[in-house]
Amino acid sequence: MRRIGDWLVAFGRFWWDFVVGDDWTIAAGVIAALAVTYGLVHGDARPAWWLLPLGSVTLVAVGVRRADRREQEAAPSAEERSRDSAESPGS
Amino acid sequence: MLGGSGSFVTAFVASVVEAIEMVTIVVGVGSIRGWRSTLVGAASGFAVLVVVGAGLGTALTALPIDVLRLVIGSLLLVFGLQWLRKAVRRVARKGLAGDDDEELESGEGGEQRLGLDWTAFVLAFKGVLLEGLEIAFIVVSFGTAANQIWLAAIGGGSALVLVATLGAVFHGSLGRIPRSVLILVVGLLLSTFGTFWAADGLGVNWPGGDLSLLVLLGFYVLAATSLVLVERRVVGGHTAGATA
Repeated sequence: MRRIGDWLVAFGRFWWDFVVGDDWTIAAGVIAALAVTYGLVHGDARPAWWLLPLGSVTLVAVGVRRADRREQEAAPSAEERSRDSAESPGS
Repeated sequence: MLGGSGSFVTAFVASVVEAIEMVTIVVGVGSIRGWRSTLVGAASGFAVLVVVGAGLGTALTALPIDVLRLVIGSLLLVFGLQWLRKAVRRVARKGLAGDDDEELESGEGGEQRLGLDWTAFVLAFKGVLLEGLEIAFIVVSFGTAANQIWLAAIGGGSALVLVATLGAVFHGSLGRIPRSVLILVVGLLLSTFGTFWAADGLGVNWPGGDLSLLVLLGFYVLAATSLVLVERRVVGGHTAGATA
């Protein structure tokens, strides 16, 4: 029973990593854009072809900014770098 | 005579469009992620297609194609946007020539299953299965309407063989294209097809039908170019700030 549970967790994790990847906002954003598109098509019967392309570009722009921010937070600041090089024995 | 060849010509022309979409995905994915897993995925998709086609025959048209378009289109769109995001950052930092030695090398982020790059396998599998099903629908629809199913089947099959042969002949020239460009192009293509199919599956009426694929592609090219230019300024600002 426990093996089945572990297998299901591993299976779910694989598909999560595979589909969602390293930025969950893109997958979540696509689902949200599809839901709104469905609402426009079947609720108000309005033209909805424009929504998914615009939403997709917005998601890429937000994803790029998020990745930049993550990279900046991970990278040491110029001040930290100069302090590290001053303290290193080889310098 | 013309009436006799009508279903062949109609099925051939309609199937060429679908075959181009199929081969574009397979060649694009294979060029970036490697050919072995891509071709295994494409062959598996084709095998499933043959089994489904043989099992259902003319009952193929009963399959919920809109649901298939929505599911497969959504997955392709998510993959396409992720590749586009990586491509925009990469091109902004290193230009279109880029470096071929780092994170987006073939197999990056690729889950390995049964010795295969799973991303390449699944993308090729889905592309071949969906487009192959659409070709099968075209053949069955035109063939049964004109009562010339075999002529329509030969038309659809000829289109597939012709486009696949052209793809096989010219795929080698893709090796000379910088990897950054390939990643950008495949991201653009997956996003374009994904957007089209997912919205189509939801019942969206695309202005111009299949022709809107070209407009969508142009829109994504413009958007990606703008994002690269903006990102280049952002990266330039960070670099200037770090060296100050």
